[in-house]
Amino acid sequence: MDLRYTDDQLAFRAEVREWMAANVPDEPLPSFDGTRAGFEAHREWEARLNAGRWGMVTWPEAYGGRGLDLIRWLIFEEEYYAAGAPQRVNQNGIFLLGPTLIDYGTQAQKARFLPPMANGEEIWAQAWSEPQAGSDLAAVRAKAVRDGDSYLLSGHKIWSSRAVMADWAFGLFRTDPASERHKGLSLILFPLDAEGVRRQAIAQINGETGFAELFLDEVRVPVENRVGAEGEGWRICMATAGFERGLMLRSPARFQMTARRLVELYEANRETCGPAQRDAVAQAWMAAEAYALSVYATASRLIAGGGIGAEASLNKIFWSEMDIAMHETALAILGARAELLPTAPAAGDVGRWLDGYLFSLAGPIYAGTNDIQRNIIAERLLGLPRA
Amino acid sequence: MNFAFSEEQTMMADVVRDALLRECGSAALRSRIGAVCSFDQDRWRKLLALGVAGVLVREEAGGLGLGGPDFVQIAEACGYACLPEPLVDHAGVVLPLLSACEGTAAGEALARGLEDGAFLALAHPQTPWVVAANAAQAVVLPGPDGLRLVPGADTVRVQQPGIDPLRQLFTVSAPPEAGVRIAGPQASRTLLARAAERGAVFTAAELVGLAQASVDLAVAYAKERHQFGRPIGANQAIKHHLASAQVKIAFARPVVHAAAALVPPEPGAPPEDMEARARISHALLAAGEAAELATRTALQVHGAMGYSWEVDVHLYLKRALSLTGRWGGPEYHRQRVAERVLSAPLGPDRLFPQPVRETDTTPMKRTA
Repeated sequence: MDLRYTDDQLAFRAEVREWMAANVPDEPLPSFDGTRAGFEAHREWEARLNAGRWGMVTWPEAYGGRGLDLIRWLIFEEEYYAAGAPQRVNQNGIFLLGPTLIDYGTQAQKARFLPPMANGEEIWAQAWSEPQAGSDLAAVRAKAVRDGDSYLLSGHKIWSSRAVMADWAFGLFRTDPASERHKGLSLILFPLDAEGVRRQAIAQINGETGFAELFLDEVRVPVENRVGAEGEGWRICMATAGFERGLMLRSPARFQMTARRLVELYEANRETCGPAQRDAVAQAWMAAEAYALSVYATASRLIAGGGIGAEASLNKIFWSEMDIAMHETALAILGARAELLPTAPAAGDVGRWLDGYLFSLAGPIYAGTNDIQRNIIAERLLGLPRA
Repeated sequence: MNFAFSEEQTMMADVVRDALLRECGSAALRSRIGAVCSFDQDRWRKLLALGVAGVLVREEAGGLGLGGPDFVQIAEACGYACLPEPLVDHAGVVLPLLSACEGTAAGEALARGLEDGAFLALAHPQTPWVVAANAAQAVVLPGPDGLRLVPGADTVRVQQPGIDPLRQLFTVSAPPEAGVRIAGPQASRTLLARAAERGAVFTAAELVGLAQASVDLAVAYAKERHQFGRPIGANQAIKHHLASAQVKIAFARPVVHAAAALVPPEPGAPPEDMEARARISHALLAAGEAAELATRTALQVHGAMGYSWEVDVHLYLKRALSLTGRWGGPEYHRQRVAERVLSAPLGPDRLFPQPVRETDTTPMKRTA
C-alpha cells in the first residue's frame, strides 16, 4: 500500500489540468437532453476532447485511447470534473459499450465502432428495458430473426437514454424464439435512423426528453452487428452492467466536486445555516471521499488482476443515495429559494441545484434499481437464499 | 499509488485471524463473562506469541518497525473476534508511545511488553476508562508534570461497571510521585496527541471488524431460521436490511485503511495537519456508523433471540457502543471534519494527505 502519486502520475495530472484549462468552454453547454443545439454542442465537445486524445484514456491507442490504467483514469476524471468540463453525452458508448466491445467484440467491430464513438461522431443509446422487462430484464421479448446474413429486429424498447437524438443503440434481443429467461439472448447494435425504427420521446420528471421509447419493426442489420456469440447476450450485458454500476458510470470526482460546491453554498449562506446544515455538509464531503477511496481501492485491486462482480452493486447504492442526500442538503440550505427554477429572476444561480436534485432522484432507479441491487448483494455477496 | 495490501500484510492478519478463531470463539468468550478479571492471560500469551505486540515498534527497540497498513487488518480481526483483551490499544497505541519516550524506565517497560508479554495500559484523557487495568503490569498516567509510568500495584484502580460484559473498565490514579516520569509536560502533549490519532485509527478498524462479524452472524441465522416454511433470509425485508449494513461497511473500510496509511513506521508519527486529522476522524465516524447499523440490524434479524443473552449479538452491540465513545466521541470528530471541510482547500486532488516523513527537526527523533 502506497498512497502517494508517482512523479509520472503527477506529471499526467498536470498535463490534463493544462489541457482542460485551455479547452473547457467558459460557459456551461446547454443540456444535451433539451435541444438539438445542446446535443450537438456536446457532440462537438467530444470531438475536441478526442482531438486531444482525451476521449477515453483507458482504451488502447489503436482506437484513439492512451492505454492508461485505472489510476490514471481516475486522475483524468478528477481533473475533468475539477475543470467543470461538460457531462459526457456519449456516456452509454464510451463507458458501457466501449469496454464491452474491447472485451467481447471482434477486431472488425472494434475498428468500426470505437473510433467514431471516441470522437462523438456516433452517439450511443442503450436499448435494454422493455415495458414488460424492467427490473426483470431477462423477460426481454424483442426479437432478432435471422434472415440470411441479416437479423430482423422487432419489438418495443423503453427508457432508452439519449435515444431521442442519438445515432446508434445497443440492445438485448431474443435470437432463439424458443428460449426463455437468460438464455437465447444476443447483444445487437443498430442504427437509430434505420428503416423500421420509430422513436418516441418520453418527457422526464424535469420536463426534458432524456429517454425515448423505440418501436422496431423488422429493422434489418447485418449479422456482424452482433457482439459475442449468439445466445451470449445476457452474460455480456451483465459485464456491461458491472462497468455501469461499478466504476465507470459515476466517477468519484463528480461527487467530490458536488461536495465542494455544497461547501461553497453553505459558506455563502452561513448566516441562515445552523449546526444541522454544517453536519450535513461535512457528511456530504465524507461520503464523497469514502466513495473515492473505495474506487481507488477497487482500481488497485483490478490493476493487480482482480475482478469486479456483485461488489458493483454496493457502489451503485452508495453513490445514488449520496447524490440525493447532497442535493437535499443544498435545498435545505437554500430554504425558500429551493423551489425556484433557474429561469426565475430571484433564483440567481441556485436553480441548478434543483435540476441536480431531480436528476439525483433517478439514481436509485436507473442502472438496475437499488432494490434489485440489494437483492444482488444479499444473494451473491452474503449468500442468502433466493426467494 | 497503490491502495491494496501487500501479501505479507494480509498473511500476517490471516495468522492472527486464525489464532482468534481458535482462542476467541463464542464459547471462549462466554466462559469469561462474570470472571474476576476479564483479561485472559493464557489467550494473551498465545496471541502475543505471534509477534503482534511489536508490529509498530521500531526495530532498534525490538519491534518490527512497520506502519499502520501492517496493523490495521490485525485490529480489524480483533474487532471481528470481539476480543476482550485490549491488544489493539496495547500494540497500536501504548507500546509505540513508550518507544517514543526517553529514558530507561520506558525502554525497560517496552522490553517487558515485547519480550515477556507484559500488558501495559494508558490512561488517556480521551478514554477515561482503562480496559482491564487490573491486569496491567504498569499504567502510563498523564499528570501535570508529564507522563508517569506507574506499576499496576502502585495505582488506585476503581472499577466502573460498564455495558460490555467482556471488558472490565477502571479509572486509574496514583499519588503524584508514584512510578517514574517518562516524558515532560511538553513531550507529553505531543505523545498523547499522537496516541489519540493511533487510537482512533485502530479503534475504527476494530469497529469495522465487529460490524462485519455482526452481519455475518445475522446472515448465518437468517439461513437457518425458518418461518412460513422457508428461511427468513429468503425475504427481501431481511435481505435489504443486511445489504444496507454491508454497504455501510464497504464504504467505511477503505476510509479506515486510508487513515491507517497516515500512521507511518516509527519514528514517523501521524501527521498533525488538519487534512490528515480529518481523515482519521472520518474513519472513526464511518466505522462507528457501520458498527451501529450492523449491530442493530443483527439484533433485528435475530428477532427476540437477538434480545436474549443466549446469542452473541449483544456482545457485539455492547462492544460497538463502548468503542464509539472512545478517543473523543463522535461530536468531537464531526467537529474536526467540519473544521477541515470549512477551512482547507477541497477537491479531488486532495484525497490523499501525505504522512509526515522523518526529518531532523522532528522533536521526538531519537538517534538509532
